[in-house]
Amino acid sequence: MTSAFSRLRPDDKPVVISAAFIVLILILGTVYTLATQGTAPLFSPNYLLQQLQTGAFLGIVAAGMMMVILLGHIDLSVPWTLTAAAMMATAVGGDMALPTGIAVGVAVGLINGLGVAYLRIPSMIFTLGVDSVMRGLMVWHTGGFAPQDQATPLMRFLAAEKLLGIPVAIFVWLFVSVVIVTILGRTAFGRSIYATGNREAAAYLSGIRTRWVIVGAFVISGVCAAIAGILLAGYSTKAYQGMGNAFLLPAIAAVVIGGTRILGGRGRYVGTVVGVTLIVLLNSVLSIMQMPEAGRQVIYGTVIVGMLLVYGRDKQLTA
Amino acid sequence: MSSKLANLASSIRQNRAFAGAVLMLLALFVLYNILHPRGFSSAVLIQNANESVAIVFVAMAQTIPVLLGGLDLSVGAVMTLSACIASVLVNGSPLQIIMGMVATLLAGTAFGFCNGLIVVYGRLQPIIATLATGAIAMGLALFIRPKPGGDVDGDLNWAVTNSLWDFVDTYGFFDPDAAWFAPVAWIPVPLLIILVFGAGVWLPFRRTVIGRTIYAIGSAEGAAYMSGLPINRAKIAAFTLAGFFAACGGLYLAIQTASGNADITQAGAYTLNSIAAVVLGGTSLLGGVGGALGSLIGALILRVISFYFRILSIDPLLQPLVEGLVLLAAVSLGAVRVFRIKNRLDLFR
Repeated sequence: MTSAFSRLRPDDKPVVISAAFIVLILILGTVYTLATQGTAPLFSPNYLLQQLQTGAFLGIVAAGMMMVILLGHIDLSVPWTLTAAAMMATAVGGDMALPTGIAVGVAVGLINGLGVAYLRIPSMIFTLGVDSVMRGLMVWHTGGFAPQDQATPLMRFLAAEKLLGIPVAIFVWLFVSVVIVTILGRTAFGRSIYATGNREAAAYLSGIRTRWVIVGAFVISGVCAAIAGILLAGYSTKAYQGMGNAFLLPAIAAVVIGGTRILGGRGRYVGTVVGVTLIVLLNSVLSIMQMPEAGRQVIYGTVIVGMLLVYGRDKQLTA
Repeated sequence: MSSKLANLASSIRQNRAFAGAVLMLLALFVLYNILHPRGFSSAVLIQNANESVAIVFVAMAQTIPVLLGGLDLSVGAVMTLSACIASVLVNGSPLQIIMGMVATLLAGTAFGFCNGLIVVYGRLQPIIATLATGAIAMGLALFIRPKPGGDVDGDLNWAVTNSLWDFVDTYGFFDPDAAWFAPVAWIPVPLLIILVFGAGVWLPFRRTVIGRTIYAIGSAEGAAYMSGLPINRAKIAAFTLAGFFAACGGLYLAIQTASGNADITQAGAYTLNSIAAVVLGGTSLLGGVGGALGSLIGALILRVISFYFRILSIDPLLQPLVEGLVLLAAVSLGAVRVFRIKNRLDLFR
């Protein structure tokens, strides 16, 4: 057992361990439901697909977040980028709903990227400022109330309908995932992200336009948040205040649980997918157990620390 | 005399960001009082000070991990946890009240200590370790206070949220109208609390070996290790002190509002605002430069800006937008450095 574990490549460890933990969560949850209700809903395909459908929103946000974290930066503007995209998309409506929402994401990503790459303001604080500006713009736009505009039929279709028995939202997540994997693995831009995240000065000296790489990563993050916002508005038929607040910290947690280094330069996309699945299933098992919010928070935090203590530790300063 | 002036001048030059923050605060606060119909009065000062204490303490708490080059995303949650503990314990006989306050501060300090242990011996990045422990703190706070509410001693609430005159009057230490007392009777108690607990703990701490080690780690951890500085102890101390300051903020918030409220959104807002205050106060997020007094000033700047909305007839719907723009503009001032740099490699520190 230990030899099999130590033979794992360091990059694979997070993926394997998180996947094992997901199975553990499912088994524990099933033991609980068998004991209390005599049924095992957790292993039914329908239940899992439904969980993945709600997980798709978090998955798309986390995909964008991962691009930024790979650079050693962070995007705290996700909550209100997501909300703004959803509100603008529903407000414009019609055929232009989707392009408008995504344009919001591109615009916010550009501002974030320019501020971080050109003005050299730490992303932690700059994206925080952009987030509150976006919040201000949306409060001003809506008057502080929930907007009355309805989601368009296309948005409804993408978020809530099923195709071949599988929720369309999962296809959207799949599409985003394929794009991200292609970018990271098959394009010069993707390799530049890893290089810049490892050591920006070295990447710059080897001829990479690191500033444009940073801008590009933030734009991807903004677009991903916008897509998630459009889907979420479609899922709940309208946009509402603070709809993005529940996504920021779980997205960061999912990326890190998946083995991406928070300081940048290392991480695989499959890890992020596993991390998202872990968080979504953990949440759903806890809600099946009717765990109160207090217990959920404690378990949630303990799981993150516990998982990272197993495989996410830094090297010692001295050998 | 002239050498003292020269010292002062050079210290201002070395702490340009801090001096800028102080000037900005003074300008904002004086203008606020000029515009306020009852400006420059003790009542206005008391009200302002009351509303600033919690964020000031949380900002000071955030500063210390930031000086290490890390970040503590649990300060808002630890503050909320402490406030919830205080809302249960701080009542009854005077002895019980004092024990309750001590227990509250100890709980927050212990939580910070655990953060330090996880960061040092677990070797996790502070930002992600405290993201998780922050969730745990919120969970514990919800266990203690599933619904907002609480029972905090009324006398204490009155005494610490008003002027020194009321403080002395409430507990009857001596005649509050005594002539020798008159010159200081107007000083708000919350302001004194900030000064005594904040500056009184931070300034001596900064001069200790541990305090200096924190700065050294933020500048260059490898060099600090090679110089034989106590790296591990300094990191644990930094998070412990952060927990203590956060607990001070929580304790005061509980006394001020006479209740505890385990509100996840509010805790998150305090954490994010603390980062903003730290940056406004001239502390570098890269570590090694700055100090908790700067963050004190930074937090006050954030608060004064929000006070303006009460006296200027700005549409309340515009308030979040203006706050965001001011924050963005303030941090963008730091970008001036970029345009002075000649060798572009210097950008990538």
